[in-house]
Amino acid sequence: MAFSLRGVHTPHRKNTANMTAVKMDPPRTVTLPVSMHIGKPATVVVKPGDKVFVGTLVAEANGFVSSPVYSSVSGTVAKISDILVSSGQEVPAIIIESDGEMQLDPEIAPPVISSKEEFIEAVKLSGIVGLGGAGFPTFVKLNTTAPIEELLINGAECEPYITSDSVTMTDRTEDIADGIAALKKYLEPKKIIIGIEKNKPSAIKAMQKLAKETGNFTVKVLPSIYPQGGEKVLTYHITGKQIPEGKLPIDVGCVVINSTTVATIGAYIKTGVPLVSKCVTVDGSAVKTPMNVIAPIGTTLADVFEFCGGFSEEPKKIIYGGPMMGISVPSADAPVLKNTNAILAFKAKDAILPEATACISCGSCANNCPFGINPPLIEKAVRNNDVEDLEKLGTNLCMECGCCSYVCPAKRPLVQNNKLAKGVLREYLKKKEEEKQ
Amino acid sequence: MDSNLNISVSPHILCATTTKRIMLDVVIALLPAVIAGTLLFGLRALLVVALCVAVCLLTEFLFNVVIKAKQTIGDLSAVVTGVLLGLNLPANIPLWQAAIGSIFAILVVKCIFGGIGKNLFNPAIAARVFMLIAFGAMATPAFPMLDTISTATPLVVLKEGGFAPPLVDLFLGIRGGAIGETCVLALIIGGVYLLIRRVITWHIPVAFIATTFILTFVLVDFDIYTALSSIMSGGLFIGAIFMATDYTTSPSSDLGKLVFGIFAGLMTVLIRFWGVYPEGVSFAILLANILDPYIEVWTKRRLFGGYKK
Repeated sequence: MAFSLRGVHTPHRKNTANMTAVKMDPPRTVTLPVSMHIGKPATVVVKPGDKVFVGTLVAEANGFVSSPVYSSVSGTVAKISDILVSSGQEVPAIIIESDGEMQLDPEIAPPVISSKEEFIEAVKLSGIVGLGGAGFPTFVKLNTTAPIEELLINGAECEPYITSDSVTMTDRTEDIADGIAALKKYLEPKKIIIGIEKNKPSAIKAMQKLAKETGNFTVKVLPSIYPQGGEKVLTYHITGKQIPEGKLPIDVGCVVINSTTVATIGAYIKTGVPLVSKCVTVDGSAVKTPMNVIAPIGTTLADVFEFCGGFSEEPKKIIYGGPMMGISVPSADAPVLKNTNAILAFKAKDAILPEATACISCGSCANNCPFGINPPLIEKAVRNNDVEDLEKLGTNLCMECGCCSYVCPAKRPLVQNNKLAKGVLREYLKKKEEEKQ
Repeated sequence: MDSNLNISVSPHILCATTTKRIMLDVVIALLPAVIAGTLLFGLRALLVVALCVAVCLLTEFLFNVVIKAKQTIGDLSAVVTGVLLGLNLPANIPLWQAAIGSIFAILVVKCIFGGIGKNLFNPAIAARVFMLIAFGAMATPAFPMLDTISTATPLVVLKEGGFAPPLVDLFLGIRGGAIGETCVLALIIGGVYLLIRRVITWHIPVAFIATTFILTFVLVDFDIYTALSSIMSGGLFIGAIFMATDYTTSPSSDLGKLVFGIFAGLMTVLIRFWGVYPEGVSFAILLANILDPYIEVWTKRRLFGGYKK
C-alpha cells in the first residue's frame, strides 16, 4: 500500500505572480553577515577602510561545510560588527558603504570548468547556497560520489505569497537552461525533472518550452498542496521514493536543488559574478505595493520596503520567507540574506496569533501531517519527559512545515512543541551515544 | 525603528476553523431536528431542549467559577451537549429530570474529567443512559401530536411483535420516541451540513448505520422493510451522525472511524435483539467510546520513510 502523503490547502496569495522582478536602486549601506548558510561561518578577509567592488570576496569559506561571502555593492568597508542572526547566534557582519556606482570587480571572469571537480569548486566559489530557504551550501550537496538517479529541481514554491522562484523561472529561463546543462554534463544524473505546483501556469509553460528546446529534462506538474516544496515531499511526489528519517535525498539516489539555485549556477558559469543579489518577493498586508525586487544581498529590509513604496500601515510583524515556515525578525534593519526568497510585513491584525485552547482530539493535526506524525502524542511525551516515546513517535521525522499548527481548531502551538521535542530528543540521543562510548 | 515588532515561531498564519466554529456548526446542524421535534411534539419539546442548554451552560460556568479556571462556556461545547441531550429526551419528561441529566452530563461526564477534549464518554450519550437507568426516562415516550395510531415505539414493536408504522412515517418522524431522534429527514439534513462543512466525515455514520442495516437484514428475516424500519427507529441516526462522531470519544483516522462505526453497529443490533432494552444505540456508543483509545492505537497512520521502531 502506498503511503498517503498529506498536507494542507493554505491560501495561495500569490499577489506578485507574473510580476517581473524589478532591480532595486543601490542602497547606501549593506550588512553582510558571515553566516548566511548552514555550516561554519565564513572568515572575514577585509578590514574597515578597504575598497571593494561588486563581487569582491569579503569573507572566505571556513571548513568543509561553509560558503564564501562577496560584496554586493561597490564602496568602502565601514565596519565589522556582530549582529544577531536568526539561528540566535551573534556573528560578525561586514558593513559596506556603497558609492552608488555598483562597479563590478575587474578581476571577475567566468570560471574555467572542464571536469566535475572543477564544477564543484566553481559552485563553491560562487557562494551559492540553497536559495529555496534552507541555505545549505550547494556544492556540498552536489559533491557526491554516489550515482545520481534523479536530479530534481524544486520549483514547487508551496508557501503562500512567495513568487520569486516562479518569476525566476519565467524571467531567467536562459540561466536555468545553462544551469541544467552544466548539472547534466558534470553530475551525469540519469534523469532531470523539474517539479512545479500547478498554480504557476506561466512557470510551467516556460519550463515546458525549455524542456522541449533542450531535451535535457522533463517537467512534472504537482498538485498545489503545502508543503509540496519540502525536499522529502517533492522527492516522494516525483519519484515515489521515501527518504527515511535522518537520511538525505542522495541516500535514495536523488539530488534536490531549488530552481533559483539552478539559475544562479547557470549565471555564474557564464559571467563569473558570484551570488551578490537576490530576487525577493515583497508582500504582506502592511506592504503598499507588493512586488518582486532584485535586491543586493545585505540590503536592509527597511530599504527594500521603502523601495516598494513603504507601508500602508505600520507593520507589527516582519518575516523572512513565507508565512508557514518564515522567521520573524526583531527589526527591519535585518539584511536580505542569500537564502531570503521573500520578506513579508503584516499589520497588527495579522501579527497576533489567537490564544491556544484545549485539544478537542479532532485528529486534524495527525491527519494532515505529511509524514503521519501525531503531534498531541509528542506534546504528551514532552510533558511526561518520556524521551524514548519521542523517539518511537518519529519526532525527528518532523520537517517543521507547520501543517499541524495551521489546521488546529484549538490553535495549539503543535509544530512549536515538535521543535522543542526535537531538541529534547537530540540531547538524549547525544547522551546515549556518549554513554555507549 | 520598530523594537515593537512581534516575534513568534512559524507558522504565522492559521486556518479559520476554531473550536467555537465547529461547535456552532454542530448546533446549526441540529436545528432541523430541533424544529422537527417542536413540530412533532409541541412547544414542550422546545422547552426541554432550551432547559437542557441553559442548565448545561450554567453547570459549566459554575464549575469553572468554583475551581477558579478560565471560563470555557464561550467555546459552545456545552450548548452542543445541551441540545443533544434535550433531543435525546422525550418531550413529556419531567423538567427536573431533564435538569439533573444536564448537570450529570456536564459535571460528571465532562468537567471532572478535565473538560472539553478530556471526557471518556460523549456527555449527552452518557447522560441519556444515566437517565434511562435512574428515571426509566424512555419507558413511556411521548407520541407525536399528529400520530393517532401508534401504540408502541417501533423498536418495541420489532422486538415484541405488533403493528409497525409505515416507512414514510418513520422517515418523517411520526412515531413515538425522543424529541430529536424520530425525524430521520431532519437528521440527514444536519448530517449533510456537517459533511459539507467538513466537521465530520462520512465514515462513522455510514459504517454505523450500514452495519445495523445489514445485520438486522441478515439476522431477522431477510426483509428490506424490517431492516429499513429498524435503522429508522430508535436513536440510530442522531447517534450515528451526531454522537458517535464526537471528536474526543471517537478515533481520528478514517480506518479507525470505520472500525468504530462497525463496532457500534454490531453492538446496537446485539442489544436490540438479545438485550433487555429495546434500544441499543446509546449503549453501543458508550461501549465504542471505551474501545476508542484502542482503535486509535490499532489504526494509527504509518510514519513516512519506512519507520521501524
